[in-house]
Formats: sequence, structure tokens, C-alpha cells
Amino acid sequence: MTDLENNIQLGKNGRLRHFLSIDGLNKALLNEIMDRAESFTSVAAQTVKKVPLLRGKTIVNLFFENSTRTRTTFELAEKRLSADILNINIATSATSKGESLLDTIRNLEAMEVDMFVVRHGESGAAHFIASCVKPHISVINGGDGCHAHPTQAMLDMFTIRKIKGGFENLTVVIIGDILHSRVARSQLRALKMLGAKEIRIVAPKTLLPSFAESLGAKVFHDIEIGVENADVIIALRLQKERMQSALLPSGNEYFNRFGLTERRIEKANPDVIVMHPGPINRGVEMESKVADSPYSVILRQVTFGISIRMAIMSMAMHSK
Amino acid sequence: MIETQHLDITTLLSKLERAVQKEINTKNLKDPLIVGIHTGGTWIAEKLHSRLGLKDPPGVLNISFYRDDFSQIGMHPHVTPSHLQSVVEGRDVLLVDDVLFTGRTIRAAMNEIFDYGRPNQIILAVLIDRNGRQIPIQADCVGEKIMLESGHRIKLIGPDPLQLIIRDCESEST
Repeated sequence: MTDLENNIQLGKNGRLRHFLSIDGLNKALLNEIMDRAESFTSVAAQTVKKVPLLRGKTIVNLFFENSTRTRTTFELAEKRLSADILNINIATSATSKGESLLDTIRNLEAMEVDMFVVRHGESGAAHFIASCVKPHISVINGGDGCHAHPTQAMLDMFTIRKIKGGFENLTVVIIGDILHSRVARSQLRALKMLGAKEIRIVAPKTLLPSFAESLGAKVFHDIEIGVENADVIIALRLQKERMQSALLPSGNEYFNRFGLTERRIEKANPDVIVMHPGPINRGVEMESKVADSPYSVILRQVTFGISIRMAIMSMAMHSK
Repeated sequence: MIETQHLDITTLLSKLERAVQKEINTKNLKDPLIVGIHTGGTWIAEKLHSRLGLKDPPGVLNISFYRDDFSQIGMHPHVTPSHLQSVVEGRDVLLVDDVLFTGRTIRAAMNEIFDYGRPNQIILAVLIDRNGRQIPIQADCVGEKIMLESGHRIKLIGPDPLQLIIRDCESEST
């Protein structure tokens, strides 16, 4: 899919047209997104938290899967850019009456909309939509199956850059369910592209995809060794809804072997930061007090997520 | 490039400073909040700020997100964020730019200021007031009024030293 995405994501001028996955983008473009996000951080300081950049543009939020953080931060980002928004509730829409995805898209296109933000349980859904929409429409991937969640990866990269200043000297550890995690896939590619010094994965063998090492990550099965001298620790959510068979005995057992505790964090560098894409299962991926500790930047990730989504949407909208 | 030796920055700044001081006195402005438009306007605002001995630090407005032509000309990828430390609500705002030309930048700047709060009044001070207005906006305080041919552009470069240059954009593009 990489070559196709490479062609479809960028316009003829090399600017961002659709935002579907980190694959096919480049370091300069990722930095441009983060630079643009930096510019938007001052909007929240205004009494009127809005800039008129997407005034008169219509954005459709097409969420075929549940989401709280991603959907609300996309919606806030859209509102802060002054766009008009349509939220399609799939559960009560014509899709549930049997309308095909393509027919849904064609009908929304007929309403003269300008952008789709898509979350879908099937890998490749956003890419499929991007390949059939009219030329003036941009598609942003808000998470597709186990494939990619590039806006989450970009807000994570932005959080790391804001706090650590860069990537060259960093050891970044990703812990958890790599197999089912679209977040981890996008993060691994972004970290590699941005030149992180060392990327590690800590996961049970059953939750590790075969391609893990080909992405340039070192694999550990023992968390105590995996977090040694880490600068950034990213815990992933156990995706119970995506597990088709019993890959783990219980959340409790997972916590005992892979849960992030204050004692385990002591093995990392003293100024380590702890991240999590949310929602957290307290007592499963991490000890409750870790989530509320000074190490934790989990809520800052949420705030930065608005700026990064404003950046991506404004860039894609103005690339044509 | 066209000769600009007659436009000495120090002389123009002194003229502008006197005009602003007169405006402060006649309109009885209380602790005006000085705000410069990125980038040329911020340089002028900093100079005026120290010359006039104003209390609050100078604010910076980057109007890129408020421009009415962003879809035509695109946007610089890295837009320095606006920075207004002081509260705008109820204040006398001294808005500063290097060159007043079409008036569109000032319109965008005023839109942005109102998104930070409702000022008591806005005074516009510009180093250069040139012909070519496309909307009805005028400056209250001016360093120098000049007439240029329509294809000519005057630009402040800096920050150290500050210098005005005039270019003939029509002949350069053909």
C-alpha cells in the first residue's frame, strides 16, 4: 500500500493533500506539521479561541467506530479553524440501513463538503475513500482498523518534541499490545523518520507482530530491562475489543508482567516522560499513581492533539 | 532597487514618535498597550516602546491565520505564534506596522485583536503610509507619507540595522 499512499497523500506540488498514514511522508513534512501546530498553540490563549482559516469550509466527521478523545479533539480543532461541521452518527445513519460506504460518500459529496475525517474498523478504509473522492476533497485518517492512526502518532511526536526538544538523543520505549495497535505502527514509523536514537518495543510474544523488528525497533519481553535509561515511555492500551482469542490470561497478569509502576520507572532516566494515547485502564497498563505522577504527560498529549489536528487539516485544505 | 537614502530610519522613527506622543496627549491615552504586526511592525513597536517608555511589554501579532488571501498565496509553514501578554479588554491599543499599503493587513490585525478582547480604542501608527488603499483604513500617526507607482513595493528589512528598500515588482517579474 505504501507506494499508492505515497502518490495519493501528496499533491503534485508535494504538499499534503490527504493524511492517511505516516508511510509515504517524509521528515521535512512531519516537521512542517509540527511547526504549524506550534503556531496554533497561541489560539487557545485568545478570548475567542478561533482563527478564520477554514471559514466556509465543511468538514464531515465520519466515525464508524467509537471514539471520545479523537472525535472531540478533531471537532474542537475544526471549530477553532472556523469550519462548519457535520457529525454523522453511523449507528443511526443510512449505513445501518444497508447503504454502502461508497454511496454514503457520494451522497455527502453531493452536499458540497470539503473534507472527511474518517475512523473505521477496517484497515484501509480511509485510503479507499481518498481514492474515490472528488479532487477538491481531502481525507484525514482518524484511525483505520489495525493499520494506522497517524494524527495520534503526530500529536505524540509533537508532545515529545515540545518537552524533549528533539529526537536525536532519545531512547523511546513502546510497551504493550503492538499487534493490534494502529497507534504503535504509526508511532514506530514516525520515530524512525524523525531520527530517534533508539526505539524499543516491550511486549508479550503473543502481542508482537512479525514485522516488529523490520521497523528498526529492538524487542524486549522483560519490562525491567526494556525501560532501562529510557527518555520516553509510551504505554499502549490493551485492546480487548480487537482480541479475537485469549492472547492473555487476564488484565491482572498483564499488569504483573508489563504494567508500568513507579518502581519500574526508576530504571529509566530521571527526566523520563510517560505517555499513553488513552483511554487508560488504570491498574492494567499502568499503576494508577503513575498516570497522575509528574512523569505523566498524558493530559498534555490531549491538549497538543488539538493543535496538531488544526495543523494537519489546515495544510490539507489549502494544498489544492 | 530604487534609491531610498532620503528615508532615514532614525529620522522617520523620531517623526513617528512625536506623532504618537501628540496622539497620546490629545486623546488622553492611559498606559497604551503597544502591539506590533510581525515582522516589520514588531521591530518598529520595540523601538517606539523604549522611546516612549511604555509600561507593558510590546505584544506581537502574527496575522497569517487572519489574512483574506491565504487561499490564493498559501501560507508560510512556520507561523510564529501571536503573543499578547497583557489583557486587551478595555485597553487603549497602539497598533504598529511598518508600511500601510492596501489596508488588508490592518483589517486582519484588528480582527485578531478583537479575538483577544474588546479594546477601549485602537490607534494605528505606521512608519510609512503609501498610496494604494483597497479598503477604507487610515493611520492616526505616520512617519512619512510617500507616493509610489502601483508596481512598486516598499519593504522594511532588519532588525539590525533597519532599512527601507523599494522594488519594482512588475519589471522584476517580467
